[in-house]
Amino acid sequence: MARMTMIEAVRSAMDVSMERDDDVVVFGEDVGYFGGVFRCTQGLQAKYGRTRCFDTPISESGIVGTAIGMAAYGLKPCVEIQFADYMYPAYDQITQEAARIRYRSNGDFTCPIVLRMPTGGGIFGGQTHSQSPEALFTHVCGLKVVVPSNPYDAKGLLIAAIEDPDPVMFLEPKRLYNGPFDGHHEKPVTPWSKHDLGEVPEGHYSIPIGKAEIRRPGSAVTVIAYGTMVHVALAAADEMGIDAEVIDLRSLLPLDLDTVVQSVTKTGRCVMVHEATLTSGYGAEVVALVQEHCFYHLEAPVVRVTGWDTPYPHAQEWDYFPGPARVGRALAEVMEA
Amino acid sequence: MTEFPQLSLHVPEPAVRPGDQPDFSNVKIAKAGVVPRPEVDVASEEIRDLAYSIIRVLNRDGNAVGPWAGLLSDEELLTGLRNMMKLRAFDARMLMAQRQGKTSFYMQHLGEEAVSCAFRKALRKGDMNFPTYRQAGLLIADDYPMVEMMNQIYSNESDPLRGRQLPIMYSSKEHGFFTISGNLATQYVQAVGWAMASAIKNDTRIAAAWIGDGSTAESDFHSALVFASTYKAPVILNIVNNQWAISTFQGIARGGSGTFAARGLGFGIPALRVDGNDYLAVYAVSSWAAERARRNLGPTLIEYVTYRVGAHSTSDDPSAYRPKTESEAWPLGDPVLRLKKHLIARGVWSEERHVQAEAEILDEVIQAQKQAEAHGTLHAGGKPSVRDIFEGVYAEMPAHIRRQRQKAGY
Repeated sequence: MARMTMIEAVRSAMDVSMERDDDVVVFGEDVGYFGGVFRCTQGLQAKYGRTRCFDTPISESGIVGTAIGMAAYGLKPCVEIQFADYMYPAYDQITQEAARIRYRSNGDFTCPIVLRMPTGGGIFGGQTHSQSPEALFTHVCGLKVVVPSNPYDAKGLLIAAIEDPDPVMFLEPKRLYNGPFDGHHEKPVTPWSKHDLGEVPEGHYSIPIGKAEIRRPGSAVTVIAYGTMVHVALAAADEMGIDAEVIDLRSLLPLDLDTVVQSVTKTGRCVMVHEATLTSGYGAEVVALVQEHCFYHLEAPVVRVTGWDTPYPHAQEWDYFPGPARVGRALAEVMEA
Repeated sequence: MTEFPQLSLHVPEPAVRPGDQPDFSNVKIAKAGVVPRPEVDVASEEIRDLAYSIIRVLNRDGNAVGPWAGLLSDEELLTGLRNMMKLRAFDARMLMAQRQGKTSFYMQHLGEEAVSCAFRKALRKGDMNFPTYRQAGLLIADDYPMVEMMNQIYSNESDPLRGRQLPIMYSSKEHGFFTISGNLATQYVQAVGWAMASAIKNDTRIAAAWIGDGSTAESDFHSALVFASTYKAPVILNIVNNQWAISTFQGIARGGSGTFAARGLGFGIPALRVDGNDYLAVYAVSSWAAERARRNLGPTLIEYVTYRVGAHSTSDDPSAYRPKTESEAWPLGDPVLRLKKHLIARGVWSEERHVQAEAEILDEVIQAQKQAEAHGTLHAGGKPSVRDIFEGVYAEMPAHIRRQRQKAGY
């Protein structure tokens, strides 16, 4: 076991995959010689050569479009979109091409690609470096959508994503790259080296896509979260002294509905948390499923804590980011109902 | 202070509209045989003229002339003629089938048969096309079974795509034909990616990208040219300029650029313009580009100048936006008649044999049609299963789709 940041874990996943399979190629803006603006691909070009890890023109539709063509050829491209906020020029390629090639060709062609993209706020990135566009992917049949919350999961899930026969959107919460972040921005950053889930095996392992993990068992209320908000939810539960069960979804599509239903059936209360905007957000889908499957076990209305329905602001970051105080208030509200 | 006039917006208009006399005086046609044939390792800046001229082999008398002539044998040309005739007959029968309600939609190639039929000949087994909806000649000329194409068009029980795709959106990896999207231009950059993959793996196979004049306006066209240029991908970038993007004349997408081929020059990609109704010229230019790709010299952009004689699709009526007789005035003629004339001039074909071949081909198409219709048409007979809606979204069906399939009763 080694201690790794989430950056190192993601890099290790690509390294292990490229070592094992010559068909894995890695490319994107600044990812080659320099190793990526977040350094996730550092050293890969030096190790595997320029034809397996390279810089691309600034053209997301070009990056994803060529990745799709390479996948049709038989390669397994794992490409980086520099920020999730930059993926929109590739949205046509993602939704109408990558997601449907298997279906429309009846399996004659397939599209085993991974799009890695730093997501979420907490770094004063403003409206174009803070977005959480996961619902724009979970609404698209044919895609898988994964959001890890720690280095151990990031590596295991990224290896699974690269080995997956279908296109996987791999959203990396950038605020978690260097350490767990519970929303207490005023406190010094805790590094992953001081966290259990910063312990990462150096070799190959994978975590199945579609399995949630219970991060904190509890019996009073279920908190459903993913990515950065897992750590915020854990902090809120501790600070409120509420016996909350915190579920880290890890994979949004497919969703581990069994884990969600079992937990809410047990607790009778549910809070859904995400950084993305509220309206038609991923939480709406989860909450609809909760009422469909757990209605007669619910003791209180399900509450959502999310980003506001506004663009992500710059100066007012901490009034926008759904921190532990807001999650805590939602927990209290659900407990009182 | 300098006085300037008020600004005004320029919106291009075609020279003529319904009711007007067709006028192609602005289409500058080079004489057959006059455009030089450069070496394949030529730099793009040395052949800038080729992006503005038109490479032609067949002259008015039906003779093959100039440096691009002499590449194909009698037998190869006779096969080429047969392929184009087959595609034309296939189109006619399928158009009729659509009018008879046997399918929902159809798109024909009338006037453009030479482009895909001759191009296929420049490729080898294992190469990959990323086609649009008007290159079925790639399949016909590769002997893909017509009955399979019809099964797809009819969405019947033997449809290889299980009823999921709009008619004519074929897919055949075996025949080097990437699944057609129906979206425009997306496949152009994918072809570049496929070619890059072949180069990454030190393979010998090449890719071909296809797009229409109208869709060159899409950003994916630009992305494709950037990537192809940067990585010198072994890809042939084809633009089929058939003058019309549904009802929009090519001047709207082309803008102030002299030609579509000229778009390649800014990327340092050798760009050639060719008579798309001349089977020999299409083959000569596309095989030149294929050789460049195979020699690892990188991409080539080719504009095929042709004319969409028919409607855009069965949902379109061109008489609403262009003169009815415009196709008759098209200065590059008809690809089937031109190759026929050439073969007669070569002494290997005759009017009688042509009539006989037409009858044989029609019979072949009708036989295939009967065979396909035995497996059903869109609204009658055998159909794909409702289960097929839910299969194949993912390699392994996830639980939520399984629940929905069960809800649908399957």
